[in-house]
Amino acid sequence: MFKIRQITSLLAVLAVLFGFATESFAAKKSKTLKNTIKQGFVKCGVSQGLPGFSNADASGNWTGVDVDVCRAVAAAVLGDANKVKFTPLSAKERFTALTSGEIDVLSRNTTWTLSRDADIGLTFVGVNFYDGQGFMVRKSSGITSTSQFKDGISACTNIGTTTELNMRDFFNSKGISYEPVAFEKADEVVAAYDAGRCDTYTTDKSGLAAQRTKMSNPDEHIVLPETISKEPLGPVVRQGDAVWEDIVRWSLNTMIEAEEYGINSSNADSLKTSDNPAVKRIVGAEGEMGAALGLDNDWSLRIIKQVGNYGESYKRNIADTGILPDRGPNEIWTNGGLLYTPPAR
Amino acid sequence: MNAKFKKIIPQLLTLTFVALVFGFFSYNAQLNMENRGITFGYGFLSQESSFDVQFSLIEYDGSHTYFRAYLVGLLNTILVSVIGIIFATIIGVAVGIARLSSNLLINKAAAYYVEFFRNIPLLLQIFFWYFAALRALPLPEKADPIFGVFFLTIKGLFVPAFIWNNLDIFLYSILAVIISIIVLRSYSKKLRENQGRQIPVFYISIGLIIILPLLTFLFGGVTLNFQIPELEQLAKTSFRFKGGLGLPPELIALTLALALYTATFIAECVRAGIQGVGKGQKEAAASIGLTPNQVLKLVIMPQALRIIIPPTTNQYLNLTKNSSLAAAIAYPDLVLVFAGTALMQTGRAIEIVSITMLTYLTLSISISLLMNWYNKKIAIKEK
Repeated sequence: MFKIRQITSLLAVLAVLFGFATESFAAKKSKTLKNTIKQGFVKCGVSQGLPGFSNADASGNWTGVDVDVCRAVAAAVLGDANKVKFTPLSAKERFTALTSGEIDVLSRNTTWTLSRDADIGLTFVGVNFYDGQGFMVRKSSGITSTSQFKDGISACTNIGTTTELNMRDFFNSKGISYEPVAFEKADEVVAAYDAGRCDTYTTDKSGLAAQRTKMSNPDEHIVLPETISKEPLGPVVRQGDAVWEDIVRWSLNTMIEAEEYGINSSNADSLKTSDNPAVKRIVGAEGEMGAALGLDNDWSLRIIKQVGNYGESYKRNIADTGILPDRGPNEIWTNGGLLYTPPAR
Repeated sequence: MNAKFKKIIPQLLTLTFVALVFGFFSYNAQLNMENRGITFGYGFLSQESSFDVQFSLIEYDGSHTYFRAYLVGLLNTILVSVIGIIFATIIGVAVGIARLSSNLLINKAAAYYVEFFRNIPLLLQIFFWYFAALRALPLPEKADPIFGVFFLTIKGLFVPAFIWNNLDIFLYSILAVIISIIVLRSYSKKLRENQGRQIPVFYISIGLIIILPLLTFLFGGVTLNFQIPELEQLAKTSFRFKGGLGLPPELIALTLALALYTATFIAECVRAGIQGVGKGQKEAAASIGLTPNQVLKLVIMPQALRIIIPPTTNQYLNLTKNSSLAAAIAYPDLVLVFAGTALMQTGRAIEIVSITMLTYLTLSISISLLMNWYNKKIAIKEK
């Protein structure tokens, strides 16, 4: 009898485990949104330190344009841009962290590609930085163009990035043999290149500009003018939660559209009475935009007031820090750039 | 219900429980992957990898498959493990014996070495050898040749490459040397057991090793040329060595760190083994007239090895597994190439991690089996 009781209790435990497991996986409407509100913070994956994009200062405060996307989501969902838990991730870890649920938004200078979008359970929600891959060399080498590269050049880079693939395409198309030296962490790439292990350092140009500031003597290095690839960088979410995907997408779009209409953190409140209905919709004074996302109507106003519009974020993190003062393609479309969002209506 | 049946029930229950737990987790994984639109399969192994690897023992570039990339990583892991094990053993045995030396200087130096290197985390040591020690090396254009032909630079160690003619004849001669030494040893053993005569096996062996291969050079048409690395200018201040054989600094740093770290543990195994042989054994051997060399070779070592081998096997396994720290310094081992780049480019986390785990398991079990076989061979054969 004793044995039978043991077995039944064991089976009961298993049944409970199973029951809970299957129920929680049933596709309810935005599990991520519900969990985020319950936890009280947005779980955001960022880089291990890339000035201008996501970088922690000595006291652990994260800043950067990628960080601001997560802050915007927190402002929209939780009402406070500081309610974000940042998880620094290597290029190798980032997608697994997202698909396994360790983070809910990946905002880590990640290139949008077909295979990433379609194949591994991810969804890219937009582009917050238009980038391209370039090369950095020592000024003293006298190299001013990639056309001066010769057989046997050694190139330092990160593993697990599109950089590794582009580099091969580039050197193959030029018929140059090269030695790829690929590290797991960006800091080690920089250290090895700085020590003279490699003749050139290749990654996205914004990354080169940012990492240059970390070199022992930044003035000794130059970024070559050629761009060898398209690298649209943007935030990523897990596939399968359409509501959460929309929240992240429109948090980013709000920042961009606010700049387009001249709404910024200091004038947002006063523009509630604007004559332009488009402006009024963005600051939540007209329409019911928040309801469609499962949020209140002030979600977008909070983003603009607490985080600022895209231009403010860019200026604060990338231009004023001297990384890339020229916005180039990352300018609003009306000013000749590529930033163009669908209308918020 | 008979007693036998009663005995089986708990085991059956345990087995069912384990199966259920595994089933639960794999079911969950399946469900999760389905929910997130992730597909499962090993088909990617035959796809083009489209990334290059810095250092490979077999021909490889991005036009080969992911499976080939896996082999590249595996061979690099085996390479660094084998070199590491050889160096760790040599250093470990030497230091282990030195720790028992009656010379205070040697004794203390060995003790300090062991205490210093085994108490610093291995990853830090790897970083030290790669970033601190290698940084102190000269750039290629400033490197002074060692013996005129070796160049140790920040871009690696460049040594002359061997260019052989009729290499096969030379290899046959080596094979002949090995066979004749084995025959010689068994003949000398017979001679000693039957007639009590000793022949100088060691010196004859040395002679064979030198003379036979030399003959192939004189009469077999074997020639050996050296291709000495040459400095080549890539740009105004950027140089490299061309020709010859280049060992990447990543391999050197990793081997150094692994060997120096593991050697400390092997040294302790060796010391324990030698100290574990009773003092009386040594005295008894000396009293029947064996020379000190014979005492060590015929009496002490055979008994000490029985104590040394099992824990040393553990150290070999540790070294092999620790080689996966290579990823930190860009040495393209299995973890960096396959569980790193390939995983990232394909996104097949479960498939790739499972293959990598199985591979390390297989490597470890192979080393264990080999060492167990050796251990059995030297164990006391009770008659």
